[in-house]
Amino acid sequence: MSDDRFDDDLRDVPAAVPPSERRPGERRSTEHRARVRRAIRTELAEDAPEDLIRRARDEDEPQTSIIELDNVSLAFDYPVLEDISFTVEKGESLVIVGESGTGKSTILKLILRLLVPDKGRVLIQGEDIAHLSFDEALRVRQRMGMVFQGAALFDSLTVFDNIAYPLREHTDLSEEEIEERVREKLEFVDLNADKVMDSLPAELSGGMKKRVGIARGMANDPQIMLYDEPTSGLDPLTTGTITRLIMKLQRELGVTSVVVSHDIRSSFRIGSRIALLAERNIRFIGTPEEMASSDDRYLRDFLGGY
Amino acid sequence: MSLLSRLNLAAKEKVLAVQQYFQLAWKSIRFVFARPFYGSDMVQQMDVIGVQSLGIVVLTGLFTGMVLALQSSVQMKQFGATQYIGQLVSASMIRELGPVLAGLMVAGRVGSGIAAQLGSMKVTEQIDALNTLGTDPIKKLVTPRLLAAMIMMPVLTIVADVVGILGGNLIAELYVQLPSSFYWQSVWKQIAQGGFVLNYIPNDFVMGLSKPFVFGAIIAITGCYFGLNTSGGTEGVGVSTTRTVVTSSVLILVSDYFITQTLLSVLPQ
Repeated sequence: MSDDRFDDDLRDVPAAVPPSERRPGERRSTEHRARVRRAIRTELAEDAPEDLIRRARDEDEPQTSIIELDNVSLAFDYPVLEDISFTVEKGESLVIVGESGTGKSTILKLILRLLVPDKGRVLIQGEDIAHLSFDEALRVRQRMGMVFQGAALFDSLTVFDNIAYPLREHTDLSEEEIEERVREKLEFVDLNADKVMDSLPAELSGGMKKRVGIARGMANDPQIMLYDEPTSGLDPLTTGTITRLIMKLQRELGVTSVVVSHDIRSSFRIGSRIALLAERNIRFIGTPEEMASSDDRYLRDFLGGY
Repeated sequence: MSLLSRLNLAAKEKVLAVQQYFQLAWKSIRFVFARPFYGSDMVQQMDVIGVQSLGIVVLTGLFTGMVLALQSSVQMKQFGATQYIGQLVSASMIRELGPVLAGLMVAGRVGSGIAAQLGSMKVTEQIDALNTLGTDPIKKLVTPRLLAAMIMMPVLTIVADVVGILGGNLIAELYVQLPSSFYWQSVWKQIAQGGFVLNYIPNDFVMGLSKPFVFGAIIAITGCYFGLNTSGGTEGVGVSTTRTVVTSSVLILVSDYFITQTLLSVLPQ
């Protein structure tokens, strides 16, 4: 879909009263909220994420959920998640939204087995990963690509070495093949390989870092991509670029994605389903249309805030 | 919360920290024998820990040797025993001051560097990224540093010893007008007097070179431990760095005493 149109939509939805002029505690008008909903629906009609899922799903494969959280609870010094259950199907993209500090990123860490739940099970393609040994967990992690909030590029390595890292670690590819792969991935994320390959991460802009982070995450051709706040701290144009990139990855490569975000606009574009996390649990999970038409008060407040 | 339960909690935390410290040490030693081995990382760390620390170790060793000779000459002149300066300088340098001072300097320079680097990697999620990309951070980051420190510390100590004894020679000749030959005879006498292990390894060398192995391990593990346990953003990195220097310095001095005591009772006199 054209992004110009997307940005036009943005212009159609002015805040009824600019936030700076709003009195404390004053809510946005119902008219404004109706407009937001309308804009979201128009956008959804163009994307039809169900088609994407159907295309990506291999019909012959038995229908095991690719990711399943089953009554997962986790506490640090305080409870973070309580009895969380959801599944992610192959080719689907689930966006997890919620206020800051509700444990959204924790869910990604559970899926990666960087954290182990106190209670419940985390299943990756039907395999419970809680009791795996460290080495077995490393094997499972190789099926996943993770894009960190701050990109988390190794700052002592060049862009090339960063993207080549998983290939050098886990494949027997020759240096020529690795270079070919790295160039291919950089091209996929719309970066000029010759220009950036020898740069250090510190020399890149925020958006470029994110793109290199995505290229590194997909270097091993993972089946699952996880994104932690992929658009936070980026300007609206770069946000659009990264959003498009995530959708492209899902559409062209059939990758299953789990995206943690607090950016509602891009969540509605990316997600085939959206989960809202509140008070240590999932308050809502459903398609963007269901979310837009939900009457849940907290959900309305959450969406209205944008 | 009552004072008692708070004390109990604090004690438990300390015990847990010690347990985690030794777990880290054990894992990183075990990984020496497990594939893949990050050889190039180790060589790079040997450069950072060893070669780049040469400057401060040479300076520390030189001036320590010089001041030892100067101080002892004042006392020994009174008894006309200046020919023993070499003995005193070499005994102090080889047995104690060489390893301990080199250890403390490297703890300040390298230990803090390790903690800062690993700490920043932790707070910018690079450690999580390593895990996610299927690499064990201990194998990739801690083991090469541990090995590099354990190999380079003895080398640095030998440099500090040699430079310190040369510094003593310089002062003995310039201030005390003691001929070099007397000085070196006295140095050798001390080494021979200490006794030998297996007939030709001087006891002083055994004592002086077993310490830096341990000190190297303490510096690397302490730096990695505090680095990997950093939390609380850039401020946390600062805290980890300080803790590393303080803890490793204290551990070096404490372990020095116990190694000395053990070796004194074990080595043939």
